[in-house]
Amino acid sequence: MKPFLFGPFGLAFGLAFAAASLPAIVAAQTPPAPVSGRVLIATCTGCHGQNGKSAGSIPVLAGQNETQIRQAMLDYKNDRRAGTMMNRHAKGFSDDEIGAIAREIAANWR
Amino acid sequence: MAQFRLSRRTFGASLLAASALSACAIRTEPAPKARVVVVGGGFGGATAAKFLRLEDPGIAVTLVEPKSEFQTCPFSNYVLSGFKTMADITHNYSALTTTHGVRHIREMAVAIDPVAKLVRTSGGQTLAYDKLVLSPGIEIRFGALEGYDAAAAERMPHAWAAGAQTVLLRRQLEAMPDGGTVVLSIPANPFRCPPGPYERIAMIAHYLKTTKPRSKILALDAKDAFSKQGLFQDGWQSQYGAMIEWVPLGKDGKVARVDPAALTLTSEFGEVHKASVANVIPPQSAGRIAIASGLAATEGALAGWCPVDPFTFESTRAKDIHVIGDAAIAGAMPKSGFSASSQAKFVAQAIGAVVNGSPVPTAVFANTCYSLITPDYGISVADVFRPTAQGIVAVQGAGGVSPRTPADAAHFRAQEAHYAEGWYASTTKETWGS
Repeated sequence: MKPFLFGPFGLAFGLAFAAASLPAIVAAQTPPAPVSGRVLIATCTGCHGQNGKSAGSIPVLAGQNETQIRQAMLDYKNDRRAGTMMNRHAKGFSDDEIGAIAREIAANWR
Repeated sequence: MAQFRLSRRTFGASLLAASALSACAIRTEPAPKARVVVVGGGFGGATAAKFLRLEDPGIAVTLVEPKSEFQTCPFSNYVLSGFKTMADITHNYSALTTTHGVRHIREMAVAIDPVAKLVRTSGGQTLAYDKLVLSPGIEIRFGALEGYDAAAAERMPHAWAAGAQTVLLRRQLEAMPDGGTVVLSIPANPFRCPPGPYERIAMIAHYLKTTKPRSKILALDAKDAFSKQGLFQDGWQSQYGAMIEWVPLGKDGKVARVDPAALTLTSEFGEVHKASVANVIPPQSAGRIAIASGLAATEGALAGWCPVDPFTFESTRAKDIHVIGDAAIAGAMPKSGFSASSQAKFVAQAIGAVVNGSPVPTAVFANTCYSLITPDYGISVADVFRPTAQGIVAVQGAGGVSPRTPADAAHFRAQEAHYAEGWYASTTKETWGS
């Protein structure tokens, strides 16, 4: 059984792969493992700095609250807010993942 | 060496066995939870070493890197243009060793025994590992381009590993008389830093425009298309006009051989180009240690690069070895410092999970690459990546390059140039800083 093969691409892909190699019953019992908040926010730090403490011109994320971050990411994702880079990155994450990113940052980057 | 594919189910099983054994041993100091050896001190290796220690201080981390200082390929093009000095792109390992407790062995890793799980160093040390993170970067394939060997690189620098080669190319540009021709040879895919050659064209053009305006740049390319192509060509045209000529594969752009003594580059169909300064970016492979250890593919379009499990970056050829960075076959992820760092942070979490008996987390990766046309004109490409059974793919509908015609173009390009500096400050601090 390979529980994390399913990943964030969703059940359809996971089932299609599983059908080729595993009994269907196993797939049905294995929900897709969501990407953890910790793994998600590791994609932010290359620009926004370790622990959200930017070392240069890119905005600091440390200290922002959960609502601010979630709303900003959703606005970038839906092009309600103009950015240079973040509109492109925000579209790479599901709304649930954006929620997890906001929770994780607010809880850990102070 | 033994070659087998490890299922993710057994990832870490032997590590747990090793930990159990070491717990029984009689020691005067507490045994680490796991011993991780990291080979290579660039964006991939240095980030992995630091983040493994942050992940779990119970993990003993040994970094095998011969250099005491590391010069980054990102921003090395700005040394060529004169915007940056070598000191600006130089970083060291003191924060990793003193703040983070990484043991740094200043030797080259020369051999890996993936069965006995040992790394041998150039100084004759043998290092045992439970997990190995291999981030060896690239090796220049001297001889792959006729006439281009190590001696030729002293006459026609590649400057594709930052350091003495960068300085050499800069000195040649400084010594070139006004009215000279700088000829670049650009390789076919895959190679380190896909937008790098094209940013370099702009940076050399900036230097020539401001100091030697009658000079020309001739870029001979083994490809017909390249990263951020429209954005680069717009920028070249608007900022440097006729100074830059780019010759694609379809117009006989591929260089077949070079003559370093005569400073000539000859195309596939026999056209001879005479250079005042020649920058030959040659074909590349995964770093030597990866090839020597049998971790690279030996046939197909990706021969010379290391196949990995897209979910864990574990080598498909040897268990308990994670290959990250430029050396890895990472699907849609470009060979960039950002990619290497993104992979390193995930692998640190994955190894930390296994060491502590937790499931390997589900991965997501990112890449962001800025390039400059001028100090006030930046462009970028970005993507979010997910592992699939078929390899790592970019999330559809996300990512991509900067808009070709933003509403306030001058402001947008200036902002991206500004953020390029910010990215560099943050990423180098994350990789080498405290």
